[in-house]
Amino acid sequence: MSSSSDDEGDRIPFSARPEWSDIRPLPQDDGPNPVAPIAYRDDFRETMDYFRAVYVADERSRRALDLTTEAVRMNPGNYTVWQFRRLVLESLNVDLHGERDFVDKIALQNSKNYQIWHHRRWLSQKLGPEAANNELEFTKQILALDAKNYHAWSHRQWVLQSLGGWENEFRFCCELLEDDSFNNSAWNQRYFVVTRSPLLGGLQAMRDSEVRYTAEAILANPHNESPWRYLRGLYKDNTDQLISDNQVSELCLKVLKANSSYLFALSLLLDLLCYGFQPLEELCTAVKALRNSEPGTADSNLATTVCLILETMDPIRSNYWSWRRSNLPGQVC
Amino acid sequence: MGELEAEKHAEYILFIEKKKDEFEALVIEHLRLNGAYWGLTTLDLLHKIGAVDQEEVVSWVMKCQDKDSGGFGGNIGHDPHLLYTLSAVQVLALLNRFDVLDIEKVSNYVARLQNEDGSFSGDMWGEVDNRFSYCAICCLSLLGCLNMINVEKAVNFIASCKNLDGGFGSIPGGESHAGQIFCCVGALAITGCLHHVDKDLLGWWLCERQCKDGGLSGRPEKLSDVCYSWWVLSSLIMIDRVHWIDKQKLTRFILNCQDKENGGISDRPDHAVDVFHTYFGVAGLSLMEYPVVKSIDPAYALPVDVVNRIFFGK
Repeated sequence: MSSSSDDEGDRIPFSARPEWSDIRPLPQDDGPNPVAPIAYRDDFRETMDYFRAVYVADERSRRALDLTTEAVRMNPGNYTVWQFRRLVLESLNVDLHGERDFVDKIALQNSKNYQIWHHRRWLSQKLGPEAANNELEFTKQILALDAKNYHAWSHRQWVLQSLGGWENEFRFCCELLEDDSFNNSAWNQRYFVVTRSPLLGGLQAMRDSEVRYTAEAILANPHNESPWRYLRGLYKDNTDQLISDNQVSELCLKVLKANSSYLFALSLLLDLLCYGFQPLEELCTAVKALRNSEPGTADSNLATTVCLILETMDPIRSNYWSWRRSNLPGQVC
Repeated sequence: MGELEAEKHAEYILFIEKKKDEFEALVIEHLRLNGAYWGLTTLDLLHKIGAVDQEEVVSWVMKCQDKDSGGFGGNIGHDPHLLYTLSAVQVLALLNRFDVLDIEKVSNYVARLQNEDGSFSGDMWGEVDNRFSYCAICCLSLLGCLNMINVEKAVNFIASCKNLDGGFGSIPGGESHAGQIFCCVGALAITGCLHHVDKDLLGWWLCERQCKDGGLSGRPEKLSDVCYSWWVLSSLIMIDRVHWIDKQKLTRFILNCQDKENGGISDRPDHAVDVFHTYFGVAGLSLMEYPVVKSIDPAYALPVDVVNRIFFGK
């Protein structure tokens, strides 16, 4: 990788490199009267002019590979450069482990760049199952810097499904949620693992322990939206079980009585009532206690009261809650 | 807060490249066709598209086409990709110039990118993402060529990306994200398949994205950003639930992100402006029927009069 120093002060122009003397650079054709002329930085312009020349000549050589290395460093978003790089790598039949080291470095600095992640996937596919651990380790590194990086998560899911490596994934989700229970990406991954891992037995088998885990997370932070949604997801397509499982209604009751943030508890209770749940006296009393602190709520059924409280405590979405109130099922408690 | 500085935003778009310093210009060189779409659509929404030399734009756009495949690259001489092909078709729609297009050739390029499972790859290298399903479906619909793909399979793939919260991810299992939701809901709206959406559940998830500052975010616990004024709002409109958010607060949030002196809109108040967020800010205001701004179609992301001209010939 000659003359591709990161220190731009040391860069030798292509025009002054003997190994490039046979190439005539090809400037970007911006058309006769460009809609919006672009002022390119000189070294970038020169690199791209040489790139265009080898690209048009379809020169799949070592020096072409080095050239794409320089071009990618200057602008990792240029997707034609990446595409050409793959063609060259395939033609030269080079050891792809070296390519992985290169992509590691670039990716750490540009962790939200689509082209790099796509290149990574191409590379992992070429390397096969042996790449799984490395890729899981790498995405873990990226997620340590930004736990919600969408590209890293997509790549990780792809690796698990295509190359394997499920063994530690459930524990990884637990660790991330221990660090930050508000990490919605980690909750999503947890659902992904619970529903898709070949090692855990599936949603049915995991439901009970998952409900307990989620209830604890909710009690620690009742205003955290993610576990509330996760809890609903655990009963996907099975509302009968959702309303009959005492764990769920007891959780709502605990949160309501704790006098902390109870918006999501009321919202779940509302869903339960709409599905036909028959609340015990204690739950009704707990809601009534809240109603007393919210003046102006008329004496009515429990679901209506819940909606009225939500309308007041969540004004930015008051239209949603009042829509819920006007669309309650006929038999609701 | 004040009003929308429509004049200044139009000037900002018209002179954007001149104002950019060199480095910024070169990093967007490869997606210039996207930039052209954002800029021109914004100008049209602000009734200023007449200020552009349309012949020049059309001739430049056509030079971005890859003559072999029929797809468009982000700039002249760049490799074709669905993202740029949709931008090219949208720009030509905006300027009412489908006459310069070999429609069959472009549609063939798009149709060939459909995979066996109904999903779409962005290009010959095969990356799969619901964004590309949207690009393909929107593009073919505008060109009147949806019959060239297997719509049923395309729709089923999108439906398979639906999550427990009612939202959609980039691929099956991917976390719900407002940008991906727009793509999925948009594609389902265009193909008349919104019955796959759990509207009440998704509507609640989307309206939960409105933050205390009035702005919208893309995922739980993320900061609000002007671009979600488009992704979230357009999705809410398509599923008929936009009245569930506080539009007044959102309008104020967008207007607070304006550079009132030099034009342009940023992602958040007091940040640097760019053409991407200027488009999303103006488009968001358009969806909320802000005075003077033309209405934009939430599925095709083009002014309503353009969409009407294409589909109803008026």
